[in-house]
Amino acid sequence: MKASGFPYVLPMLLLSVAFFATPLAVLVGFSFAGPGGATLEHYARFFGDAFNFRVLVNTARLGLETVIGTTLLGVPIALLYWHGGRNLRQVLIFLTLIPMLTSNVVRTFAWIVILGRQGPISEALVGLGLTGMPTSLLFTELGLIMAMCQIDLPLIILPLIAILSRTPVQLTEAAQVSGAGPWRIFVTVLLPLMLPGLLAGWILVFASTSSSFVTQAVIGGARNVYVPQLIYREVGTLFDWPLASAIAVVLLLSTGCLLVALTMMSRHRRLVGHA
Amino acid sequence: MRDRRENPIPVMLYKAFVYGFGGLCVIYLVAPIVIALTMSFTSGQTLKYPPQGFSLRWYAALLDPVRSATEHIAAWNSLKIAGLAVLGSLIFAVPATIGMTRMKRSTAGTIEPLLLAPLVLPSLVYGLAALIVANFIGFKPSLWLTVAGHVVVFGPLMYRAASVVAQGLNPSLAEASTTMGASWFMTLRRVTLPLLMPGILAGAFLVFIQSLDNVSVSLFLADARTTVLPLRMFALIEESLDVRVAAISGILIAVTLVGLLVARRVLAPPRQA
Repeated sequence: MKASGFPYVLPMLLLSVAFFATPLAVLVGFSFAGPGGATLEHYARFFGDAFNFRVLVNTARLGLETVIGTTLLGVPIALLYWHGGRNLRQVLIFLTLIPMLTSNVVRTFAWIVILGRQGPISEALVGLGLTGMPTSLLFTELGLIMAMCQIDLPLIILPLIAILSRTPVQLTEAAQVSGAGPWRIFVTVLLPLMLPGLLAGWILVFASTSSSFVTQAVIGGARNVYVPQLIYREVGTLFDWPLASAIAVVLLLSTGCLLVALTMMSRHRRLVGHA
Repeated sequence: MRDRRENPIPVMLYKAFVYGFGGLCVIYLVAPIVIALTMSFTSGQTLKYPPQGFSLRWYAALLDPVRSATEHIAAWNSLKIAGLAVLGSLIFAVPATIGMTRMKRSTAGTIEPLLLAPLVLPSLVYGLAALIVANFIGFKPSLWLTVAGHVVVFGPLMYRAASVVAQGLNPSLAEASTTMGASWFMTLRRVTLPLLMPGILAGAFLVFIQSLDNVSVSLFLADARTTVLPLRMFALIEESLDVRVAAISGILIAVTLVGLLVARRVLAPPRQA
């Protein structure tokens, strides 16, 4: 009875191997392709160019800044969920899903309105007399981070909420009864409890931020270039596929390294890991 | 609860932090969606916010078949691709879900990461890889190639949604059906699929929404003639900050909201024991 499952799984498995694993292997192969066999030339070309290297550093920095930002915004929302009753919890899940399922281009567009010269931020600054003339945060890294933090926020909230919804509320009562204040409970009980969710969220946020082509291009503008634009430029206008592949592999590796590092961290703390 | 007559200030600070700052974070999360939606009803010519007046002119402009011909084609392409991607995901992911429930746990645990792998990879990298291979075999970018890419990247969403439901099912239900003499097809049609339906519907919704919104795969796999909606919006934003983008956004937000509300009706929220 139990042995009959495999034929059902086979089509999707073949799809995954043939159309997902194979292209990736080809991509990696391509990045080493040279006229006389394997070569590191494309990687050398990428890292040898000071501009490219700066773009890579900028992309990693953007990813890390967004991870920090989403954590600072996400943890309070998770706490609100933890202390909230049934109704508040339902509402919070709903309010997290709306932006998460709303098109990325729509959210990017919303930030163009917010950050623009005639947007609410500019109006507020002028109204408060902080700036004499309308200011635009478009095409600045600050504006991009503000947008990225909102766009990727659901990715960190959902894993946190998933953990907290499975945790009985009585967990903190023991600490409360023994006289621990709320801050102490937060630091010693709730934060360690949330850590696996944070780790999962950080990976998702970093991967999402470092490859969010549209938001980077539109809000970052022409002066703030990140790795995805670099890849697209090499493919779309310069037709340098081996170099584009090498850049893509570097992008993958940077996300992969973070994944491995965080996984090892969570194993090390003997936490139950779950993707 | 022992009353230890502690200093009440930390408690108040904590409450202020959770409810005050937490509330502000929620506003930060949701406000942009509200702003995009209200922007679409502006009567002005620009993206000035708050809008000067209320009008439906940008929706009218968007629905105008002459003025927005390009947008209509892009929307139609996107809907076709998303519909076909859902169909493709059904064909591959639903049998896989059923098959996995019939396997030994250890075997299933080995195979599952292979099925879910596409969810972890930045889809931009996948788009490039798929383009290289397609080119190698001699496929040119096209609508169909885009659909194939979407099925590979978003199929796992369908699998994950359906398998969440499948894991909660009692296998003896299907067994009972076969024992009572139902053919395997009958069992599938009358027992297994109806039970999996909430997961399948949730998966279909997710695949549809993600496919409709995808830029990074379509960027590489769609040909010049197959403009998709998000890329068209991207172009409108880059070129002219056309306010019609706000109207498209308004429609997309409405679709998402309606979909979510329907989903909540259909999928009763999982009760936490």
